[in-house]
Amino acid sequence: MKRLLRPLINGILRENPILILMIGLCPALAVSSAAINGIYMGLAATFVLTGSNLLVSLIRKWVPDQIRIPIFITIIATFVTIVDMVMHAYAPDMYNILGIFIPLIVVNCIILGRAEAFAYHNGVIESLGDAIGMGLGFTLILIVIGGIRELLGNGTLFGFQIMPSSYKPVILMILPPGAFLTIGFLQAIQRYRGGKS
Amino acid sequence: MGERFYVSAPPHIRSKYDARYIMHQVTIALIPPTIAGIIFFGGRAILILLISIASSVLWQRLVLYIKGERRPLDGSELVTGLLLGLNLSPLVPWWIPIIGTFVAIVLAKELFGGLGFNIFNPALIARAFLVVSWPMEMTTWMFPYSATQATPLSGITQATPLTLLKLQHTYTPYINLFLGNRGGCIGETSVLALLIGAGYLFYKGIIDWKIPIPYIFTVGILALIFRQDPLFHIMAGGLILGAFFMATDYTTTPITKPARVIFGIGCGIITILIRLFGGYPEGVSFSILFMNAMTPLLDRWTIPKPFGYKTLGRNV
Repeated sequence: MKRLLRPLINGILRENPILILMIGLCPALAVSSAAINGIYMGLAATFVLTGSNLLVSLIRKWVPDQIRIPIFITIIATFVTIVDMVMHAYAPDMYNILGIFIPLIVVNCIILGRAEAFAYHNGVIESLGDAIGMGLGFTLILIVIGGIRELLGNGTLFGFQIMPSSYKPVILMILPPGAFLTIGFLQAIQRYRGGKS
Repeated sequence: MGERFYVSAPPHIRSKYDARYIMHQVTIALIPPTIAGIIFFGGRAILILLISIASSVLWQRLVLYIKGERRPLDGSELVTGLLLGLNLSPLVPWWIPIIGTFVAIVLAKELFGGLGFNIFNPALIARAFLVVSWPMEMTTWMFPYSATQATPLSGITQATPLTLLKLQHTYTPYINLFLGNRGGCIGETSVLALLIGAGYLFYKGIIDWKIPIPYIFTVGILALIFRQDPLFHIMAGGLILGAFFMATDYTTTPITKPARVIFGIGCGIITILIRLFGGYPEGVSFSILFMNAMTPLLDRWTIPKPFGYKTLGRNV
């Protein structure tokens, strides 16, 4: 159990992919204009990450070192195709909003990075914990970024009106600069906290 | 040492011309356009300018307090606040300048390291932020008092000359453009007052011709090429204000002489492209911000060659 939990917590807090490892920023910037997008994007990435980490750590002893990257990409692409088709079938609205960023999970650095850096060198259970931890850390931050941007830029949270009707939304926050500003502030807070402890 | 010892913005030379002196000179030069704005737009303009300056100083003090720097203010927050206020329509809601100065002082200046380290002109970043975020509030213009019998603080909305040109293809008479009797931002309308202020800066040696003059000429020549009225394009909108007071900011413009001329020409090209082919009626602020981003490249591109300097031939 400990072998599962330690990488899991590590992924959420100490090595949070966006705030600390600074990987996977592209989808974090692109689809975080609303909190609900963050949930779907995060869950899709978590599913792919779990699948790829599991498979990679299972076959890691038979993978020749020279061609490991193409093998990883093929594994990842398989799971992305599954996510792509499932979302297209069961959540077409969200599929239209996330659009190109679902297929682009293939080249998401978190997934390839964890396969290469963690799953390729560790056992199945640790890899599973790492995948879930990293995925949840990614999802959590996406929801936080999306929530902040949605609240300031649209006055809503998960689609519910939060701000009073006299509130004039900061349109910039749901545009790309808002994503950069929000991530910058979150990373600054993270570093400030890290520097204290 | 202790509290009295502080490191001001460079250059660290014993001279009267330190950052604070220059900032105060710029403030003095901004007085004529401020007065013109108040004459044409009345109490509403005073209110917006006061809120802008006060909130700018407050944000600066707050940042210094949080950073733990016990040093006197250097006058740049005064210039930033005043410039931002002059760049707003007199009809903006009261909270617009407060948020604007927050963006200018905290986001655009202090987070990059304070005066001398900011990449972009703080007042222009704030203006761009506001225009993108609240397009309605930021583009509701006011008709100047001297032209109507409007009661103070009510104001009749009126499009700017550039908006009139873009939407209705009508030209505003030169005399209105020159004196400032037209819709627009508080500080951009009166070309006469702006030229007085710019003349003062030239006289004091605070700014040189290498950015503003190529900037204005480029706009004029390009207007001619595109079969527009060049004098109208020079006097309408914020070109005079931008060219003399914002494209000459020391921190965000190039150092070398050729780079400064290129900077001015680049600003002119982008301004006229936005005005004639872009979505916004006015392009001065975006053009200066764009060229701000080019500043390090321009500087690197035009490093002067020392006398007798030769590049070694490659023998590969």
